[in-house]
Amino acid sequence: MLKKIEAIIREDKVNDVMCALKEIGIVGMNMFEVRGHGRQGGVQLVGRAGTYQVNMLPKIQINIVLNDRNLEAALEAILTSAYTGETGDGIIFVTPVEDVIRVRTRERGPTAMMYPGDIDEKRNK
Amino acid sequence: MDAQISAGDTAWILVCCSLVLLMTPALAFFYGGMVRRKNVLSTLTLSYIFMSLIGVQWIFFGYSLSFGPDIGGLIGGLNFAGFKGVGAAPNTAYSATIPHQLFAAFQMMFAVITPALITGAFVERVKFKSFLLFSLLWATLVYDPLCHWVWGQGGWLREMGVLDFAGGTVVHIAAGFSALAFALVIGPRKGYGKVPIEPNNIPLTVLGTGLLWVGWFGFNAGSALGANGVAVNALVTTNTSAAAAGLVWMILSWLDGRPSTLGIATGMVVGLAAVTPASGYVTPLAAMAIGAVAAPICYYAIRFRDRRKLDESLDVWACHGMSSIWGTLAAGLFATVTVNTGGANGLFFGNPNQFGIQMIAVIVTIAFSFGVTYVLAKVLDMSIGLRVSPMEEEVGLDISSHGERSYS
Repeated sequence: MLKKIEAIIREDKVNDVMCALKEIGIVGMNMFEVRGHGRQGGVQLVGRAGTYQVNMLPKIQINIVLNDRNLEAALEAILTSAYTGETGDGIIFVTPVEDVIRVRTRERGPTAMMYPGDIDEKRNK
Repeated sequence: MDAQISAGDTAWILVCCSLVLLMTPALAFFYGGMVRRKNVLSTLTLSYIFMSLIGVQWIFFGYSLSFGPDIGGLIGGLNFAGFKGVGAAPNTAYSATIPHQLFAAFQMMFAVITPALITGAFVERVKFKSFLLFSLLWATLVYDPLCHWVWGQGGWLREMGVLDFAGGTVVHIAAGFSALAFALVIGPRKGYGKVPIEPNNIPLTVLGTGLLWVGWFGFNAGSALGANGVAVNALVTTNTSAAAAGLVWMILSWLDGRPSTLGIATGMVVGLAAVTPASGYVTPLAAMAIGAVAAPICYYAIRFRDRRKLDESLDVWACHGMSSIWGTLAAGLFATVTVNTGGANGLFFGNPNQFGIQMIAVIVTIAFSFGVTYVLAKVLDMSIGLRVSPMEEEVGLDISSHGERSYS
């Protein structure tokens, strides 16, 4: 089974999260700059004369597709490294993925998501 | 006849002419940073186009209407149309030590930047064709007459003895109140007050501010029309007012949260605009007071405008109009002949009459510029329309008006 993690995190936590994922052997990912808000709603910025409210805040979304068996380890790494305890820490969505195809080799399914030196290889050592 | 020309004065005004020209691109970037990313090119173009538009209008008839031989104190005659007779010999009525053509070119740069200032009122929604027509009419029907009244030989405000060293009335009050009138006619941007409209690139605005400050030395110190003590004093007062206003604005912004970069830059420009009419007549300490008082006036003018939900988008009225009302009145308070024997004493130096004259000039400028602009804008709005369609506005003027985008 393949799963997809969409982790929406603070801009300033990106490096921490990437290091934590690399540490446990999650090597493939995409990153997007996104804008949005959750319960926090927004922040006040200072303008020309006084303040104004900005509702859609810049965040980073990290997308990872991985094998089911590695899901919890990856989530734990993100949850620990993205945490500050303040509102605006972000949110994580997990969804099932139908299939994966690597363009170069045409490998399909879970094996397509295995890389040299990744989390599976680390576990087998 | 070239015998009286001073090489020093000529060299200095040639430099100042270039410095004032630089202010229009500077203003373009000052404004360009504050709009949304889909309207950056449009906003730059609204300013830049005046280097072409007025660059042509001024030669054909703009200069002559402003500075040609007086007709009834109201307008200049067309004797200088096409720069006829405007050559290397000085025009002693205006500047006895530099070529007449240099005086005319220097004044052209003021005529270029003044209508460019107004564009801050209607960025992100104006129809380019209507804007061009409005601008040409405004330059001819508002700027040229007003310029003649205040600075032209025989102009009625000049004869009355008004002190406007470098354009507090002609440039800043006229632009500010025209901006207000135009904004009232064209209406707010789509979504104004409902969704945040954020500046796309504050660094551009900060860069523009720096270039404006440099250019303003040409604007104010150049208005001495010579390389002399009055020019030096104008340069120092200009710097002092901008410095003081920047500091006070920083404090006001800090009290409201944080010392905002955009706020500090705005404060500096406000200080520059405020001291413009007074720069050649007051001492550096008086200039400090002018800048320091201008900052809260304009800071709260922006807040007032914003509370009234009036989308005069880049605060031309609040920053230029209001600051220069104060500056022009302040000239009537702080002016002293010890700084400039060609000037007059103000209220604080025993001449309350001067303050009254300044007051009249301010009221006349406000009424004339606001009135004519309001009518012009209204007529254009009812005939060819001032605004782009809602769809074009949503897409952004870079694409919909100019067919290109700033960033790809």
